[in-house]
Amino acid sequence: MIRLDNLTKVFDTPKGAVTAADHISMEVPTGEICILLGPSGCGKTTTLKMINRIIRPTSGKVFINGEDTTSLDTQDLRRSIGYVIQQIGLFPNMTIEENITVVPKLLGWDKAKYKERAREMMRMIALEPDAFLKRYPSELSGGQQQRIGVARALAADPPVMLMDEPFGAIDPINRAVIQDEFLKMQQDLKKTIMFVSHDIDEAIKMGDRIAIFREGKLVQYSQPDELLAAPKNEFVESFLGEDRALKRLNLVKVRDLASEDIGLVRPDDTLETALARIGDYGYQTSIVMVNAKRQPVGIISAAVARTTKGHCRDHFQSVPVVVSLDDDLRKVASLMFSNDMTWVPCVDDEGRIVGQITQRSITHHLGSRYRAHSGADDTVGEASPSSSASEE
Amino acid sequence: MPTLNLSGAMRLLVLVAVFMAGIWSQSSGVIDDFIFYLPDIQYLAVQHLWLTAISGSLAILVAIPLGTLLSRPSMARVAESAMQVLNVGTTIPTLAVLALSMSFLGIGTVPAVFGLFVATLLPITRNTYTGLKGVSPALKEAAAGIGMSPGQRLMRVELPNALYVIFAGIRTALAINVGTVPLAFLIGAGGLGELIFTGIDLYDPVMMLSGAIPTALLAIVVDMLIAITAFLVVPRGVNPSRA
Repeated sequence: MIRLDNLTKVFDTPKGAVTAADHISMEVPTGEICILLGPSGCGKTTTLKMINRIIRPTSGKVFINGEDTTSLDTQDLRRSIGYVIQQIGLFPNMTIEENITVVPKLLGWDKAKYKERAREMMRMIALEPDAFLKRYPSELSGGQQQRIGVARALAADPPVMLMDEPFGAIDPINRAVIQDEFLKMQQDLKKTIMFVSHDIDEAIKMGDRIAIFREGKLVQYSQPDELLAAPKNEFVESFLGEDRALKRLNLVKVRDLASEDIGLVRPDDTLETALARIGDYGYQTSIVMVNAKRQPVGIISAAVARTTKGHCRDHFQSVPVVVSLDDDLRKVASLMFSNDMTWVPCVDDEGRIVGQITQRSITHHLGSRYRAHSGADDTVGEASPSSSASEE
Repeated sequence: MPTLNLSGAMRLLVLVAVFMAGIWSQSSGVIDDFIFYLPDIQYLAVQHLWLTAISGSLAILVAIPLGTLLSRPSMARVAESAMQVLNVGTTIPTLAVLALSMSFLGIGTVPAVFGLFVATLLPITRNTYTGLKGVSPALKEAAAGIGMSPGQRLMRVELPNALYVIFAGIRTALAINVGTVPLAFLIGAGGLGELIFTGIDLYDPVMMLSGAIPTALLAIVVDMLIAITAFLVVPRGVNPSRA
């Protein structure tokens, strides 16, 4: 758990005092990733760097796991916090192994233990220990170097990590890969992480919580879905972008919106039954046919049912599009658009139909949160437009 | 079957030329003249090297800590002006430095070592300072953020990464040093300058060359020794010659 209590930084510049971070108070629960997000010069990096005292706070306190860090020795504090920076900062004079074991060595681990730890870390970041440990950073690609940077920060198993735009210098394709790898690692590691980013998409993907900064002030601190659904003021709205509702599609699972109410036919049903059921459920064009295990085997089109007599088993068309309960709405929306459908059946892990998700339910879900919050007060955290405060 | 192609002909020509030079030097007695100076060359070369070794190691011992000190953030205010003073110092001709040091230290080894020390100090200090200042801020931040103490940062990150530049400074400085030692003869400290300057005064080219050629060879050998040391000492990851 990281808790900031009225953390403030005032820089004395020739042009006068500049408040880079203004009474920042927030709390990151144990095991969560908190993204500090905002335009450059908003105070997010200053706030992050005050936690490990790379920047000394003017006032305010930092608590880690309930302990006030003010009384801790700076070196001890930093050794207990993993630190990853955008420029990676691997020591070029050291081998990969030496880089990873820097902190364990500072902490006085014995040789066998830190050597084994280096191999363990390499396996964790999916790089072959024997191939890489004896090499130097300059011999590695940017993506590999940043993986090592993360491994170095994690080597001494700190409960808390600070990451300053860690994936900012990596090309977009590799960045997505490393983000996914990191999230997967985090599922097991459950570190409490503060993560600076200026990329809204990265924030939504990586963050359990997002803190939006502007001109040294914390404007809004919410979970991503909440943030996108209910931006506190115009600044947050414009920062999130006009397409923020679409960004939410990533965050909502089919499970959350699926309705169990779905019309189905069986192979033994007649086409008349099918036509009636298409009408009952308001489907315009077709209905899904399932087998005895409720697995979808085909669709009966309304046009066929209207003009033909017989049983469904003789007149079905190819297997319809289905989505799994764990898919996100982005995939659902994409399938609906590409197949010109207004509803999609949902299946469970065994491929049995458990319900449906409709275009209407998606738009309703995305819209209801906006409606619920429109008219709510947007005064909280309104940043006063003080003089052009800039970071560093 | 060896055929006589162009390069073969060139090789033959060189061999013949060397042979002719040998005959000439033998018949004119130049070799005997050089051999006559051999004991002098040996004695003076050792003296020469001692002057270089003492003044050079003193300079290294002072310059690296000095450069390091000036590169510390707390010294930032005075560092630039101190480096300016050192830069001005570098422009003073070494002969003038020797003359000055003679004027208050008298003649002999002590003022010579002092003068050489001053001349050698500057390039090493400057390169140590520039090398340490050139270490990327990201590296320093990473080292600090990881929890290294200022001393650990200096010894484990900053100095190793500046070492290549520091060694370049040592190389330049000692090349200057070896080449300047002959001037030390002028204030009575001996060295191969004794043969060079006496040879010039006596219009004796053989005597002069028996001082000048070993001086040149010493400079080359010292330079190579430092290059080899740098190759071995500078960590592989930051050593361009081992990349």
